[in-house]
Amino acid sequence: MKAVSVEEAIAMIPNGATVMVGGFMGIGTPERLLDELVRQKKSELSIISNDAAFPGKGVGKLFDASLVSMLTTSHIGLNPNVQKQMMANKVAVKLVPQGTFVERIRAGGCGLGGVLTPTGVGTIVEEGKRQVDVDGKRFLVETALRSDFALIHAFLADYLGNLSYALTARNFNPVMAMAADTVIVTAENIVPVGVITPDHVVTPAPLVDYLVANR
Amino acid sequence: MDAQSLIARRVARELRAGNLVNLGIGIPTLVANFVPSDLKVFFQSENGLIGTGPMPEQGMAHPLLTDAGGRPISALPGASVFDSAMSFGLIRGGHVDITVLGGLQVDAEGHLANWMIPGKMVPGMGGAMDLVSGAKRVIVAMQHAAKGKSKIVQKCALPLTSARPVDLVVTDMAVISFSGGRITLQETAPGVTVAEVLAVTEADLFIPANVPQMKI
Repeated sequence: MKAVSVEEAIAMIPNGATVMVGGFMGIGTPERLLDELVRQKKSELSIISNDAAFPGKGVGKLFDASLVSMLTTSHIGLNPNVQKQMMANKVAVKLVPQGTFVERIRAGGCGLGGVLTPTGVGTIVEEGKRQVDVDGKRFLVETALRSDFALIHAFLADYLGNLSYALTARNFNPVMAMAADTVIVTAENIVPVGVITPDHVVTPAPLVDYLVANR
Repeated sequence: MDAQSLIARRVARELRAGNLVNLGIGIPTLVANFVPSDLKVFFQSENGLIGTGPMPEQGMAHPLLTDAGGRPISALPGASVFDSAMSFGLIRGGHVDITVLGGLQVDAEGHLANWMIPGKMVPGMGGAMDLVSGAKRVIVAMQHAAKGKSKIVQKCALPLTSARPVDLVVTDMAVISFSGGRITLQETAPGVTVAEVLAVTEADLFIPANVPQMKI
């Protein structure tokens, strides 16, 4: 793990990169990293995030600045900007059931080619997908998802990069921290090693590539 | 009593002690208001919490503790938090006893459509497909008709949420069940006759000899 400034962290991300962003409706989202993506005008991004949050909040800021060309997500219903950009063919939106979304990322982080899920069988979600019969029950083959970068927000990070999360801000963060080539983390609090006891470390330090220094 | 409260109150009667329950947005959210205080049920919020409590008092909200719509909530004593993989493992894995969801259409086979209107409204399915596919019991809470058109249809015209049929539909006019694979008028709302329900229902309802009035 290397400690970096927020400017250095985002400078590593090229235009057109595939970026996972933790958070659920903007809760548990690394807002400082998103603000810096906007400031450095990183464009043509391919974003993987559970939802599109709201205008002005979370990943919603990237759409306010028209920096996204593709979005893989489960829900965009509370961000009218994304719906508009989708209808105008400015953003390609791939909708994925939320449980399938997280399992595809988990598979990507765990060296699996994908998962078998009953979710979506008999609906338009099954179109173009392989189906497998296991003990008489039908499942869809849903392939693994990985990304170039994962932007993660923790509650506590220690000087080594061990992470723990708070309440409902955990959500997709620990799963995404497994599934990207480069993992960049912000934390509400950066604390000495040992403050997070071994039992309470959720994301172990070796998974974290860069920890963004707090101001 | 207004239509939404009537529906929520009737749905609340389906909950049993110890149940793990997931409430969707809209009318389903109101169900929590009508659960008797001595009935211990666990409410799950799919953003990673079991033990969802009411909205906190003014000034007591925590920015990292919200429901799936991003609104502040509280956590009851004994609550637990977890990541989204576990949250949907609970949902898909059959650990959730009851899910209550809103609906756009339910058809005679019990199929639910509740996540998009092609060309008009494409919010995304969120967790709805996993909830309907995986929960032990699926209850739909919705208005019987919208703009004079029945939402209980013979066959869903809108894209389905799941191939798995729902178990119960509670509307402002009726309770409809699918036991034995047949769409059945189980109860009517207070002051509503069987004939009135039939008049605003597109699907061919089976009418048992005795259709009691909804207890709320």
